[in-house]
Amino acid sequence: MKKQHIVLLSGILLILAFVIGGYFYKNQQSKKLGFMAKENVSTFIREHSSTLGNDDAKVYIVEFMDPACETCSAFYPYVKNLMAANPGKIKLIIRYAPFHEGSDYFVKILEAAKRQGKYWETLTVMFQSQSYWASHHNPQPELIWQFLPNAGLNLDKIANDMNDPEIAKLIEQDLADAKTLNVRKTPEFFVNGNPLPSFGYDQLKALVEAEIQANY
Amino acid sequence: MTRIDKTNNSNWTILFICWLIASISTLGSLFFSEIMKFPPCVLCWYQRICLFPLVLMLSMGLFSFDKSVVKYALPLALAGWFIAFYHNLLYAGIIPESIQPCSQGVSCTEDYINLFGIFTIPMLSLISFSTIVALLFILKRRLSK
Repeated sequence: MKKQHIVLLSGILLILAFVIGGYFYKNQQSKKLGFMAKENVSTFIREHSSTLGNDDAKVYIVEFMDPACETCSAFYPYVKNLMAANPGKIKLIIRYAPFHEGSDYFVKILEAAKRQGKYWETLTVMFQSQSYWASHHNPQPELIWQFLPNAGLNLDKIANDMNDPEIAKLIEQDLADAKTLNVRKTPEFFVNGNPLPSFGYDQLKALVEAEIQANY
Repeated sequence: MTRIDKTNNSNWTILFICWLIASISTLGSLFFSEIMKFPPCVLCWYQRICLFPLVLMLSMGLFSFDKSVVKYALPLALAGWFIAFYHNLLYAGIIPESIQPCSQGVSCTEDYINLFGIFTIPMLSLISFSTIVALLFILKRRLSK
């Protein structure tokens, strides 16, 4: 065999091994997560997790997100559309993965808003105003406050509630679960325990539709 | 004539093994970051900068066996070896992490995988760089004879 052929062949074999290895790893990973979804539901949904949608829904979208994450904000309307297109069949569960520096500040505000019954309104306001306070080179968390009244919040109460150690504990729990589930980027979605095969809106849509097909 | 052919052959084989190690390490490192989604830390990136070009550079040397490839590959491999060595010192706690710059973002001492208690990712890197450097030095001596 010519030497050039040896090099080419080895290269092809190595790349093949890489692709096959990747395929097996992903398969095994989604099996493991699927198993966890059945046996260990609490890793995906905690008592404190905020949920949106019908309680009888059979398709659960668990979203690990960060209020300061741009992609999370960009994905939010898509997820809502997906829910609107399949009324009553999807339940959204929000989990926190505040990976941006200082973004637990916003989670705290969000959780404090929940106590005023304005969780989803506040989340919407946060995502809409995100570009003002979360600019990458110059994050200014305090700028969020001027937008909060739009969600109909009592700001004094927010400022007081957000420092509740309960909230810090809840963030810690979510981060621990994110680590268990190997969430390293936001947003990360699990549909009935299955992770996205690769990141993207179409992949999320396909996974949700497959689960709807399977459960209804 | 056949003797020269033979030495040439084993020189080529040594270079081929270097390339093989570099390729396996490159794909392995990509597997960790792209498939298993471990974020590479700063030091890992510096090692990657030294490792990834070796794959292409050594393969060029292999296609039409070109001795001078050793001269070009050695500095990269040596630089990679030093960073890997430093990384392992950090990892083992011999140098405290606080005196180096990569504690923000991804920690350079986080334990992602650990096979049999020794084969951590930085250790794997050190092993490949050491082998590549050793083989290149052997090749260099053989070629200068």
